[in-house]
Amino acid sequence: MEPFISHKGIVAPIDRANIDTDAIIPKQFLKRIERSGFGQFLFYDWRFNADQSVNPDFVLANAPYDQASILVAGPNFGCGSSREHAPWALLDFGFRAIIAPSFADIFFNNCFKNGVLPITLPESDVALLIELSTKNPGMMLTIDLKEQKVVREDGVSYHFDVDEYRKMCLLEGLDDIGLTLQHADAIDKYEQSAPFSVSITA
Amino acid sequence: MNRAKTLIEKIWEAHVVRENPGEPTLLYIDLHLVHEVTSPQAFEGLRMSGRKVRRSDLTFATVDHNVPTTDRTKPIEDPISKQQIDTLRQNCAEFQIPFADITSQDQGVVHVIGPELGLTLPGKTIVCGDSHTSTHGAFGALAFGIGTSEVEHVLATQCLQQQPPKTMEVFVSGKLGTGLGAKDLILGLIAKYGTAFGTGHVIEYRGPAIEALSMEERMTVCNMSIEAGARAGLIAPDQTTYNYLRGRRFAPEGAAFEEAVKVWNGLRTDPGAEFDERIEFDASSIAPQITWGTSPGMGTDITSRVPSPEDFADPVVRRSAELALEYMGLTPGTPMSEIAVDRVFIGSCTNGRIEDLRAAAVIAKGRKVAKTVQAMVVPGSYKVKHQAEQEGLDIIFKEAGFEWREPGCSMCLAMNPDVLQPGERCASTSNRNFEGRQGRDGRTHLVSPAMAAAAAVAGHFVDVRTFAVNEEI
Ligand code: SF4
Repeated sequence: MEPFISHKGIVAPIDRANIDTDAIIPKQFLKRIERSGFGQFLFYDWRFNADQSVNPDFVLANAPYDQASILVAGPNFGCGSSREHAPWALLDFGFRAIIAPSFADIFFNNCFKNGVLPITLPESDVALLIELSTKNPGMMLTIDLKEQKVVREDGVSYHFDVDEYRKMCLLEGLDDIGLTLQHADAIDKYEQSAPFSVSITA
Repeated sequence: MNRAKTLIEKIWEAHVVRENPGEPTLLYIDLHLVHEVTSPQAFEGLRMSGRKVRRSDLTFATVDHNVPTTDRTKPIEDPISKQQIDTLRQNCAEFQIPFADITSQDQGVVHVIGPELGLTLPGKTIVCGDSHTSTHGAFGALAFGIGTSEVEHVLATQCLQQQPPKTMEVFVSGKLGTGLGAKDLILGLIAKYGTAFGTGHVIEYRGPAIEALSMEERMTVCNMSIEAGARAGLIAPDQTTYNYLRGRRFAPEGAAFEEAVKVWNGLRTDPGAEFDERIEFDASSIAPQITWGTSPGMGTDITSRVPSPEDFADPVVRRSAELALEYMGLTPGTPMSEIAVDRVFIGSCTNGRIEDLRAAAVIAKGRKVAKTVQAMVVPGSYKVKHQAEQEGLDIIFKEAGFEWREPGCSMCLAMNPDVLQPGERCASTSNRNFEGRQGRDGRTHLVSPAMAAAAAVAGHFVDVRTFAVNEEI
């Protein structure tokens, strides 16, 4: 996983609540068996009309928003299906961070596994960032994970909370599986009793 | 004496492999269910890092999301679906994972077959790369959905790194009215408290209305916990649970079963144990439920009307309602029972079990699907299909004009050829009414199986309680 230390990029706003993972990456694109190449299908039904022409009303269809790497959106972002294709598509499109008042659990978790930083800010701050980035196409933010700050170009900054362990994993780009396998002896030991496990002998 | 604990805490503590301050808990997983959509990249990851599957004997795979619901002896037409199904078959062979293939009589929606086969048992930790894994909580298991990176993590280590969940009690008092079922209960709960009330929590459903539910109904409730934002939802095991499990293929047998019951009897929340959150819901308070919008929380009684955005004070909610009504093509003030439907889908891991099909068949019996409606019944598994055929339900459905299909996820997410056309309106027994979920510009209304069957017959939504049901089937 690519480490996340700090990031500066263009902000794209989507002023909607409950953006679900079906909207982020519609199911017809889940059939690929690779992790890459999902960016072209990101928000497909919003970015493209039924005849596959570009829908100019959708923010990511237009420059400079098509170069954005920070997404700002409404509450309960990423609800619905557990598909990790959602963070894969966001990352492949170029997004490294999502800012919203709240996130759905599985999506939130999936982001960290892929080097995408989900940032929770109060609803009023998010509303302001949506307004500013709508009025000022090309507006940039800097995200400093070490300092846990989102900084505007005019210097105004917002503090955000992040779990210490997840922060460390992101800063160092650590592989979860490798970390767990360091505790193989504890797993062996647990398996000697494992009170609720039942081996499937087909 | 030990501190009083909730059921959730008890299962959690029984699965802790390692704890270290400042790090997530390493939690042991007893059962890992695998399907074709969220697993290919996980197996590929294992191969790339030269890792093995630690416990293929605690892993079980099937194909469900992509499979056609038409004749299984014919080749799969969509080459990409076929590739995904073939890939899982190869991965299971390579890593020696038990696999219910497309023509296996064990095949079905992963959350339907786990319980059927007795793989789902009380006290287990169960995961699957699918958010509706919460279904298995109906048996008093801690069951939750994970992403593909975590699928790979479980394959390699049989563990997950997890933060302890917060606990929530949902206490359901009262009694469901005649003609209402578990689907109405969970839709009513989410309509009242919203799609995020469970975020960060595991829910334990308790109270007389929950205890009165059958196993299949409990699965319907736990299934949609994720639509309340919860990580998982569970119900303490009791005699209903044991009756369901006895004799299932992978459940303990004979004396071992009785021994297991003794352990399972300890799986309940101690008197005086405290939950982080608690809400109450009165099951007697609701009419049959139906959603009007594009989020499962946008639901109401069948007896009411399409709301107006102005009904909502919160500007974010108002804006969402506006967008939803526009997408759904609905006019505020329209009685819910005047909304016409084009398609009806009965199936999915929410409502594709035998009791669901019975509930729909009672309504369909001796009636005809309206001429303007295309209706299909997709059993949740082959076992459900065969059972229904033994009971003659297939004949009832076919005589009424319903299509009778092979098992799979089908139009719940429309990854196979069962898709809504733009603008089509569907009465669906599934769990999500998101924009485009059942097909681009398709309009989904979530309802119970009985309500879906009634809509098929009437050609529009209708209060199922007004349908005379005088014959037992
Ligand atoms: S039936 Fe629907 S919700 Fe259930 S597993 Fe299949 S796609 Fe997911």
